[in-house]
Amino acid sequence: MSELPWIVWAVLIPLAGAVLAFLWPAQGARVALLVWLGTGVAVLGLSLQLIQSGVQRYAVGGWHPPLGISLHADGLSTLMLLLTALVFGPIMLYALAYFKNPAHPFWALSLFLWTALNALFVSGDVFNVYVSLELLGLSAVALTALGGQARALVAAYRYLLASLLGSLVYLLGVGLLYAEYATLDLQTLGRVISLDPASAVALALMTTGLLLKTALFPLHFWLPPAHASATAPVSALLSGLVVKGSLYLLLRLWLEVFPTEATSGLLLGLLGAGAVFWGSLYALRARELKPLIAYSTVAQLGYPFLAFPMLGAGGEVVVVYFVLSHAFAKAAMFLAAGSVLLAFGHDRLSELRGLLQSLPLSVAAFALAGTSLMGLPPSGGFVAKWLLLQASIAAGQWLWAVVALLGGLLSAGYVFRILTRAIADPKQPAQPKAAFPMVELVALALAIVSVLLGFLALPVLRLLEVGR
Amino acid sequence: MSTLLYLLAGVGLVAMGLHALFVHTHLLRQVLALNILSTGVFLLFIAWGSRSPADHADPVAQALVLTGIVVAVSATALALALAVRIKQTTGKSSLSDEADV
Repeated sequence: MSELPWIVWAVLIPLAGAVLAFLWPAQGARVALLVWLGTGVAVLGLSLQLIQSGVQRYAVGGWHPPLGISLHADGLSTLMLLLTALVFGPIMLYALAYFKNPAHPFWALSLFLWTALNALFVSGDVFNVYVSLELLGLSAVALTALGGQARALVAAYRYLLASLLGSLVYLLGVGLLYAEYATLDLQTLGRVISLDPASAVALALMTTGLLLKTALFPLHFWLPPAHASATAPVSALLSGLVVKGSLYLLLRLWLEVFPTEATSGLLLGLLGAGAVFWGSLYALRARELKPLIAYSTVAQLGYPFLAFPMLGAGGEVVVVYFVLSHAFAKAAMFLAAGSVLLAFGHDRLSELRGLLQSLPLSVAAFALAGTSLMGLPPSGGFVAKWLLLQASIAAGQWLWAVVALLGGLLSAGYVFRILTRAIADPKQPAQPKAAFPMVELVALALAIVSVLLGFLALPVLRLLEVGR
Repeated sequence: MSTLLYLLAGVGLVAMGLHALFVHTHLLRQVLALNILSTGVFLLFIAWGSRSPADHADPVAQALVLTGIVVAVSATALALALAVRIKQTTGKSSLSDEADV
C-alpha cells in the first residue's frame, strides 16, 4: 500500500479521466465524479507517504535526472494537491446541478485542467513546468469560452494571448538558464545558480512571465473580463485554483532556485500593494456581482506578494495561507453568484435588494466567504493576515502589515456592498425562477471551509514543513 | 559564427513578434505575431544548444524545441478556433477596447 507511487496516480487518474470524458462525452459527469474519488485517494495516499517517510520522488520510466523526468512532492506540493482536490469536488457537484447536462464539454475540459494543475505541483524540472502551464492555460481558456456569448469569447481570446505570451517569456528564461547551467532540474539549479547577469535576466524573464499568468497588478488586465464572463463553476475554478498554479511556481522558484536578493522581493511586495488598492477600488465601483468578485480576485492576489520580501523568514507560510483561504472563499463567492444568476437571470447589484429572503443560503455563503476575504477572526483569511503581521514585525517591515490592514477595510467595503443590499427590505420582492438547494448548499459548504481554515493552521503548517 | 547568426535572428524574431502583438488588433495578425515570437524563442534555444564540441548539437535543447512546437501548434489551433467563433458571433475580426466588463 505504501509502496505504490501515489504521486504518479495523482496525475494519471485525472488524465485518463479527461481522455475518457472527451472520447465518451455522454458519461462525462460520471467519469468526473469517479476521477474525484480516485484522485482523492491518490492524494491522500501521497500525504500519508509524505508524513511517514518525507519527500516523495519518482523517476518516470526509471530514468533519473539529469537524463529523465522526475516527479517530486514535498509538503508544499502535497498541500496544493490536497487543496485542488478539496476545491474541485464541490465545484463538480455544483456543475452537475448547474449545467443539468452530464454530456457538457465542461467535464472533459475541467479534468484536463485538473491534470495540468497536479502535473504542475509535482513537476521537478522547469521545462515540465512549462508544459503543464501550457496545458493549464489552454484548458482554462477553453473553459472560459464555454460561456458562448461574444463577451466570453473575446475575454477567452484575450486570456489566451496573455497566457501564451506569459509562457513564452517564461520559456525564454528557461532557455537562458539551460544555456548556462545545462540542467533543468529545479533542485540542481538551486544548488548551482549564481547571480551573474545572464541568470539575473533569466530570473527576471521567468518571473515576469509567471506574473502575467498570475495577473498581478499591473499585468491583471485580462483577468476581470475572463473571470466575470465565464460560467459560474468555471469562474470558481479560474479564480480559486488556476491563478494559484503560477503563483505556486513563483513561490517555489523564489524560495528554492533564485539566489536571495532583497530588492527584487521589495518590487513584488510593492506591486502586491498596488494590486490590493487597485483591485479593491474597481470592486467598489463594479455594478454587477461577478465583475465585483473578479476585481476582488485582482485585489486578493496582491496579498501573497506582500510576503515575498520576507521569503525565507516566515513569508512562505503567509503566501500559502493566503492561497488556501482565498481558494475556498473565492470559489464559494463565484458559486453563490452563479446561484443568483440561475435564480434571477441577472446579477445587477442594484436589483439584488431582499436577496436574503429569496436565497438565504447564498447570502450566508457571501457573508462567510466575505469574513475570510476581510480577514476577520476566526477565518482562514484572518490567520493569513495574522501570520503576515508576525512576519513583518519580525522582519521590521511594517509597511506590508499596514497595506494588509487597509486592504481588509477596503474588502469590507465591497463585501458590504453585496450584504447591505441583500438584507435591505425590498419594495417588491423578486421571485426566484426556481429553488436550487443543491447549488446553494455547495457554495455554502465551501464558504464554511474558508472560515474553518482558521482552526486548521497547525496541521497545515506542519505539513508544509515536510522537506523544508 | 553561425551561432551568432542564429542568436541574432532569434532576437530579431522575438522583437518582431512582441512588437506586432502589441501593435495589431486584428485577430489573425495577433495569432501570427505569437507564432513569430515563439519561433524566435525556439531559434534561441537551438542557438544556445549548439555548444562545443561543434560536431554535435545538444539533443536536449532540440527535444525541448520539438515539445515547444507541439504546444505552439495546439495553442494556435485554439486561438484560430476562438477567432473564428468571435467573427461568427460579433461579425468583427479585430479586438476593440470597449469590450470590457
